[in-house]
Amino acid sequence: MSSETKQILTTDGIPLEVSLKKAEKKNKIKAFLLVAPLLLFLVITYIFPIGDMFMRSVDDKMITNMLPKTFKAMEKWENLEELPPEEVYQSFYEDYKLLAENQQHGKLGQRLNKEKNGFNTITKKLFRQIKRKKIDESISIKEQINKLHKRWRNVEYWLAIKRTAPPYTVAKYLKGMDMYFDSDGSITQVEEDRRIHRILWLRTLEIAFFVTLFSFFMGYPIAHLLATLPMKYSNLLMICVLLPFWTSLLVRTASWMILLQQQGLVNDFFVMIGLVGDDNRPEMMYNKVGTYVAMTQILLPFMVLPLYSVMKTISPSLMRAGKSLGGTPFVAFWKVYFPLTIPGIGAGCLLVFILAIGYYITPALVGGASGTLISNQIAFHMKTTLDWSFASAMGLMLLTGVLVIYWIYNKLVGVDNIKLG
Amino acid sequence: MSKNPEFVKFDKVDKSYDGKVLVVKDLQLDIAEGEFITMLGPSGSGKTTCLMMLAGFETPTHGEILLDGNIISNIPPHKRGIGMVFQNYALFPHMTVYENLAFPLRVRKVEKDEIDKKVDKALSMVSLNGFETRMPAQLSGGQQQRVAVARALVFDPAVVLMDEPLGALDKNLRESMQYEIKHIHESIGVTVVYVTHDQSEALTMSNRIAVFNDGKVQQLSNPAELYEKPVNSFVAEFIGENNTFNGEIVDIDKDKCKVKLANSEILANPISVKSKGEKTTVSLRPERALINPSEKMDNMFTGKIEEVIYHGDHTRVRLNLLGSSEFILKVPNSTSNLELKVSQDINIGWNSIDARALDPK
Repeated sequence: MSSETKQILTTDGIPLEVSLKKAEKKNKIKAFLLVAPLLLFLVITYIFPIGDMFMRSVDDKMITNMLPKTFKAMEKWENLEELPPEEVYQSFYEDYKLLAENQQHGKLGQRLNKEKNGFNTITKKLFRQIKRKKIDESISIKEQINKLHKRWRNVEYWLAIKRTAPPYTVAKYLKGMDMYFDSDGSITQVEEDRRIHRILWLRTLEIAFFVTLFSFFMGYPIAHLLATLPMKYSNLLMICVLLPFWTSLLVRTASWMILLQQQGLVNDFFVMIGLVGDDNRPEMMYNKVGTYVAMTQILLPFMVLPLYSVMKTISPSLMRAGKSLGGTPFVAFWKVYFPLTIPGIGAGCLLVFILAIGYYITPALVGGASGTLISNQIAFHMKTTLDWSFASAMGLMLLTGVLVIYWIYNKLVGVDNIKLG
Repeated sequence: MSKNPEFVKFDKVDKSYDGKVLVVKDLQLDIAEGEFITMLGPSGSGKTTCLMMLAGFETPTHGEILLDGNIISNIPPHKRGIGMVFQNYALFPHMTVYENLAFPLRVRKVEKDEIDKKVDKALSMVSLNGFETRMPAQLSGGQQQRVAVARALVFDPAVVLMDEPLGALDKNLRESMQYEIKHIHESIGVTVVYVTHDQSEALTMSNRIAVFNDGKVQQLSNPAELYEKPVNSFVAEFIGENNTFNGEIVDIDKDKCKVKLANSEILANPISVKSKGEKTTVSLRPERALINPSEKMDNMFTGKIEEVIYHGDHTRVRLNLLGSSEFILKVPNSTSNLELKVSQDINIGWNSIDARALDPK
């Protein structure tokens, strides 16, 4: 085939393609103007905050700006096994003096203390010396500082300062995975009994996985009923499914607490029918059972609705055809009906899993100690420790996790197969 | 082997969905082996319900359905071995044409080689060889229809049910599919129960037609008899076109009766009238009334042309005759065409044997 097709002209001699583009340009501008407010809204409320979050999570400029001369002098510090040369001490002293005058020295101490324990004490000591004007600037600063505390004579502490030089760091991400940079700059795992974040990540995944599984097994038959029942019953059932949507999350969680506690309604019922003894009531709250029950109930509509919308489009004559061709009801279901619902299953599972992975209030309230998930940790760092950059880093790790799951799903099922309704 | 005249038997079958209205009333119907029988009727007449009961998707409220002498009312659909073609084809959209056809064979645990052979045979029957790997969505409506027919036949069922299978096709395709299905039936000799509301489809394809109305079979006979000799005014009205006169019997003997209309009298053939004074509806096919008949006919009247509609192969003429302005004539398009003009008076004649005096409407 020749690629040089003859150019078609319109009646007034303009090439057809050009005139088509011209004609469509107006429509394109109109369409763009229609979505522009939403786009702007998304950029302001979504893209920008995520970018800001990312910047925060890697930002380490504070200390870079506090000790500019020190870091410049440290570039000439070659033998890292020995204490830095006089210039470094000199520059550090000048930087610190300036900070002390501006009342910024406390922040530096705290920040360095995070890098290596014990910094707070020795910087305070230095501050007091400067305040009392005990440092003689005409003789060696190095010797005077070294005399203040034995830690100043330890090269580890100077190396710690040097490590804070780059304006960006991935330390927060490492911390999120229970790892850190040790004194020689290599990545090391924290001691086994302090690996708290890894447990939280795994627990979050585990709970999200099982909640998705339970929602699927409960939601599939409900969605099927909804799609096949006559209108007057299916409407009622639909209201029952949607009812949780119309109730506040906190109210629903609180009512699960009333139901599941040891003196709660469910336990009372078990005792009444003689399933368990009165003195032997099982704990259904402040453990994983409570988290599973409450989260499954709350997330169930997100599974049912996509499934329902897909099932609604499957003609009942397909199942009939399957049966009339000789398939048992199970074969007809498994070979005909089930494959056709996969787009709905994909959409429902993805929705529930992603929502569950970021769940926070419900597991915290009904899950007890085992209900602490990664999002609780993020909230903790946002509100209590005020380590926003760590919270941002973990938030982004969560986001990345979700994107990875989405990517895997796309590889397995294909995003085009998602059907939300 | 002689053919079983009662291969499928509906024995006093009643069906009600809500316990108030009977959708099918006391149905008694025998279908012979190898027969092509059509259930014809307006929507809501119970014909599809009968088909669904035969397929096993609905259970009779009362009575039994027998297949080859065995009661099947309690056998689930998948064990009945009845092929079915659905209204909207019901092809499995996630399977290729091959997989669709192989489905009934795979669930029957047929060997792979055997499956290939049978699928190939079924596809060549509907002339769709080479389409094995296509998905149903990649086929045209007519091709999907043929796949559905092939799928219903591929496992050699004793009976094939077709539920308005051509309803979604355009007119030309529908007509060619009618012949195709008829030829398939003739070549493999399977029993076909066909449901439609299209009377011309029923007349073209069937050995016998059961006309349904109001949950009952109104008439069961071959197409020619159904058209020529309708037994009641519903059938006369439903099949083909029909001129009717409402009147009262004033004189009756064995094969002739005199019917008094509003202001004249005509001679008719008494079918469902027995005695004087009965009300009746006389039915006359438009093509049986002639303009200026050359032979002598026992009903001769003069009417006034109200409307002339050109139809290509024939011309329809609406007349004001015997006090009714709805009398239709069909004039074939021939070289000796008459001059037909509106408000012209013409002579019309027909034989009393073609004017069937049926039950009053």
